[in-house]
Amino acid sequence: MQSTRRVWLSQCAGIAALADIAAAQQHAHEAVRSSNPPAFQTFDAATAAEIDAITSQIIPSTDGPGAHEAGVVYFIDRALATFDEHLREAYRTGMGSVQQKRKEMFPSSAGIAALTSEQQIQLIHAIEARYSKTADFFELLRAHTLYGFLGNPSYGGNRDRVGWKLIGFEDRMAYEPPFGYYDAHPDGEAR
Amino acid sequence: MSGTAFRPSDAVDFLVIGAGAAGGVVAKELSTAGFRVVVLEQGPYLTEKDYTHDEIKYTYQPGLTNDPKVQPITYRKNQSEQAKPVKAIMYGRQVGGGSVHFTANYWRFHESDFDERSQFGNVPGADLADWPIKYADLEPYYTKAEYELGISGLGGANPFEAPRSKPYPLPPMPVKSSGVLFERAAKKLGLHPYPAPMAILSQPYQGRAACVHCGFCEYFGCEMRAKSSTLVSVIPIAEKTGRCEIRPNSYVRKIETDAHGRATGAVYFDANRREVFQRAKAVVLCANGVETARLLLLSKSKLFPQGLANSSGLVGTHLMWDNGGLAMGLFEHPLNEYKGIQVTRVIHDYYRADPKRGFYGGAGLDARFNYYPANFALQGMPPDAPKWGAEYKQLLRTYFTHTMTVLAHTSSLPQLRNSISLDPDLKDFWGLPATRVTFDQHPDDAATLKWALAKQVEILEAAGAKKIWTSGITMEDMLPSTHLMGTCRMGNDPKQSVVDRSNRSHDVPNLLIVDGSSFVTSARQQPTATIQALAYRAADYAVQAAKRGELG
Repeated sequence: MQSTRRVWLSQCAGIAALADIAAAQQHAHEAVRSSNPPAFQTFDAATAAEIDAITSQIIPSTDGPGAHEAGVVYFIDRALATFDEHLREAYRTGMGSVQQKRKEMFPSSAGIAALTSEQQIQLIHAIEARYSKTADFFELLRAHTLYGFLGNPSYGGNRDRVGWKLIGFEDRMAYEPPFGYYDAHPDGEAR
Repeated sequence: MSGTAFRPSDAVDFLVIGAGAAGGVVAKELSTAGFRVVVLEQGPYLTEKDYTHDEIKYTYQPGLTNDPKVQPITYRKNQSEQAKPVKAIMYGRQVGGGSVHFTANYWRFHESDFDERSQFGNVPGADLADWPIKYADLEPYYTKAEYELGISGLGGANPFEAPRSKPYPLPPMPVKSSGVLFERAAKKLGLHPYPAPMAILSQPYQGRAACVHCGFCEYFGCEMRAKSSTLVSVIPIAEKTGRCEIRPNSYVRKIETDAHGRATGAVYFDANRREVFQRAKAVVLCANGVETARLLLLSKSKLFPQGLANSSGLVGTHLMWDNGGLAMGLFEHPLNEYKGIQVTRVIHDYYRADPKRGFYGGAGLDARFNYYPANFALQGMPPDAPKWGAEYKQLLRTYFTHTMTVLAHTSSLPQLRNSISLDPDLKDFWGLPATRVTFDQHPDDAATLKWALAKQVEILEAAGAKKIWTSGITMEDMLPSTHLMGTCRMGNDPKQSVVDRSNRSHDVPNLLIVDGSSFVTSARQQPTATIQALAYRAADYAVQAAKRGELG
């Protein structure tokens, strides 16, 4: 409970279409479980490259696999084709605003992916700024990136469990105590 | 699932609405006593085979809880505001209800929880009241619940607990690193930590296997059937009688009454949105602290113009909230808190309200970790840490495995103005008025949250945390509420309460209401044990009353 205190963006998106939600959810559930998805279902190649560039700064690949290697852009693409279909418009308008910001900041640039890493970082600082037009979209992008990096690999992200390996999550069905250092040393003499 | 099926036109002895923590217990008690029972459950009938360790399904999407896309909820702080769509409340929505996905904390109330008004006096702006029953009235039913459902714990280990007639049926769960650190620190501070009582099997029990410590309890259904939900404990017993039909995907829109004001059954939408009227001689409403009130308000008629069982005008009022702030600590060595159940140690030293503090309130504190990989990265990191980039990634390497939480469970004062009502504008998927939540904290609730948070931090400091951070404790930070209490309060006076001391409606003689809605006060959260003890007690009463012919 407490860790979902924050109201999810996906739930703030309104009560869009009530009709056929149940059926759509079932369809979504089945669709996300299908193996070997087509390359992209929602994004065109250019948009995918732009989103890959941003999410690769959220979890960079500087010291081992990041969002790019985890396939986060594939996760987002499938999410928007399935359980988060209602957020497509948020992506369309959000990416539009991000591109506008990029043009303001780097007028001669061709796209986000074409920026230097340093420029991409500057751009993200600008789009995440509180009360900016793009702040909500950046939060959505961040949430999607983290679920794509650390969520169940069956949704197209977290390839080779690179996210789980990074944070030290073993993903087993069962464990035996002791689980950690302190329950292995309950008397605390080793502190 | 059994094959028992009753015809809707066949007036069964009891219609139970809601197959959750309370409804499952009631169904088992009534069917084993020889009565014919239909249970209507709005959610699906899932089993352990349907559950997975899929965080995207259960923490990102409402896999086992109410979905606001289908059942919108609006929220406002007070009556002068326009309510806006916000998921302000969350509840389990499948056979077994919240007992399927809950953390499985299983605290009995204290003796002092039943007469706080007498002890503490009036609190301005609130409606603190004594319960019409005492702890001793519920004690046999707490014990029965612990034994029938399967609760692990150590009786007598909490020096503040109320007297118990029997020890827990199962020994406590193994302690985790968070529990060891918490216990060590609490003892250093002169406090009294004890093993958390949990509705999870520490050993095989009644044909079910023991917990294997996979760690996916809160938000998730247990694939091992080791979490003692009603789904795996009492509902199978009810179905085995051949007298109980659990009917999932059945969303009730109205409880019907006859010309004499007696309940005759309920109209519900089936899975295909067709309306069905199930007849019954008596109705037991167990739909949770929010949906129960909403359904009574929806069940308006000529005889009951304010809504069913609402001559007092109190249905929906005195909603109480799931209050509690988080303090988190980072430690030197790995805790690997994602392994094992969420909570293993608790203290009740700060439980009792004390007028000397200058405000009403109290707290139980527990050592826990209720994060999974993605929601930890999203929400579990310190507020001063970067939220993306190379440094953020670097921090994730250690924080996930080296962090624990001390969570407070703090009191929520009953107030008339905090309520569940029908939204005048917004409709749900079935065309029914959406749930409107009106809620704001009492100043004493806010003071309690702040006071408790300092105690939580103190424990983490004493435990030797390298870094400590805390959650916000404003009203917005407390959304959504998952412990749904109040709205049909219990009492002896029909003008001041909705149900009597046996959970029977004051207005409708063959309607019982038992779930979190009956609560007069919130105690210190963790309502499930008390909801289930009330359910056993109400069912006991219903059996006797039905045998005397009073309910038929």
